[in-house]
Amino acid sequence: MKRIQLPLTKEVIQTLRVGEKVYLNGPMVTGRDAAHRRLVETLDRGEALPISLDGMTIFYVGPSPARPGQIIGSAGPTTSYRMDDYTPRLLEEGLLGMIGKGRRSSLVRQAIREHGAVYFAALGGAGALAAQAIVSAEVIAYPDLGAEAIHALEVKDFPVVVAVDATGASVYEREEGARV
Amino acid sequence: MREINVAKVREAVEAMCIEANLALTKDVQLAMKNAAETETNPLAKEVLEDLIKNERVASELKVPICQDTGMAVVFVDLGQEVALAGGSLEEAIHAGVRLGYEKGYLRKSVVKSPITRVNTKDNTPAVIHYRVVEGDQIRLRFAPKGFGSENMGRLGMLKPSDGREGVLEFVVDTVKKAGPNACPPLVIGVGVGGTMEKACLLAKEQLLRNVGEPAAEEEARELEEELMERIEALDIGPQGFGGKTTALAVHAALFPTHIAGLPVCVNINCHVARHRERVI
Repeated sequence: MKRIQLPLTKEVIQTLRVGEKVYLNGPMVTGRDAAHRRLVETLDRGEALPISLDGMTIFYVGPSPARPGQIIGSAGPTTSYRMDDYTPRLLEEGLLGMIGKGRRSSLVRQAIREHGAVYFAALGGAGALAAQAIVSAEVIAYPDLGAEAIHALEVKDFPVVVAVDATGASVYEREEGARV
Repeated sequence: MREINVAKVREAVEAMCIEANLALTKDVQLAMKNAAETETNPLAKEVLEDLIKNERVASELKVPICQDTGMAVVFVDLGQEVALAGGSLEEAIHAGVRLGYEKGYLRKSVVKSPITRVNTKDNTPAVIHYRVVEGDQIRLRFAPKGFGSENMGRLGMLKPSDGREGVLEFVVDTVKKAGPNACPPLVIGVGVGGTMEKACLLAKEQLLRNVGEPAAEEEARELEEELMERIEALDIGPQGFGGKTTALAVHAALFPTHIAGLPVCVNINCHVARHRERVI
């Protein structure tokens, strides 16, 4: 069982290979369609972001509401390609890790390689199981977005598969040659 | 005439919203179990076992199986000998969705305008398909639809000369393009014939069938069998990590069409193939 401590460092990312299963521990933030759009629009206006992306890992998730006594509701990954238009800009801001599901564009894979970043896949449609690895959750930006608000999460042994590693190799592009 | 109060419809919809999102029906559970037992790729097998575990955890802790608890799709078969009482049927369905999504701690995933995109905060409106049928009952079929899979659906207005092979290729190509995005193993609804909207409605309706139960009609059944074989050979596998379990089932239906056309619609469901039914 390979445990990885968050926040990530470029040195740690270099040790990750596409297709390997690892367990994440530490802080991350959530963000999906609407939050990505706002973050990039904020950058385009030359304004400061409401959260620091430096070394950060972002989890593409819009959790279901927590029942009383629960930390979070169901919290599995959403499909990542919808974030592709925004991702290179966020990598420039120091983002190092992403968690989602499904393929990324070749532009994103190239940007991942250039920045020495990594893209993990969590199990799509297994949000109840994913929630068991989340030990705290708190909304830290864009509360008006509801499930799409940016949450700060703390995870313990959160299982993921390395889907695009720092060389740009992708777990989904097996037969087409995994390189960018 | 038999009088039915629409409050009964509201209660049924409310209950189905919660039940569908917290537990899978037996047919889907069995299909997943069979897939996990027969899958030979080790990573794929592990993924399938985790997905089965996820459903167990969801039911035990009353947490939705998937955080995308979907847009509510309701098929209503209204018996023509039913006299509705107690108000608007349509409003009763929306109210059932509103209550079910609130009380069940389900995610509200609907935006009022597809352009300006402000959340309605109660998961309404539902998408409702009505049909008037014989009899004095109301049959309600409910399927909350997640959009990871819904986004991967496709309509093809093929030429008659494309023929059966064209239909097969279009469906397989759609599944290939969907790849890992739609959360395989998939349930694939295929509608062939009719008009543009008829093909799509047929495809959607196939997702309400019990998983793995073959079509009654021979022509549709043969399409299902051949599609399953070709889709298995794609090696997409659970979550797209490889393996033979790309689809749990293909459900196809045919309808008469125009001399000039061959519409084909593919509506994809993920492994959380939620579907419920109530008869009042």
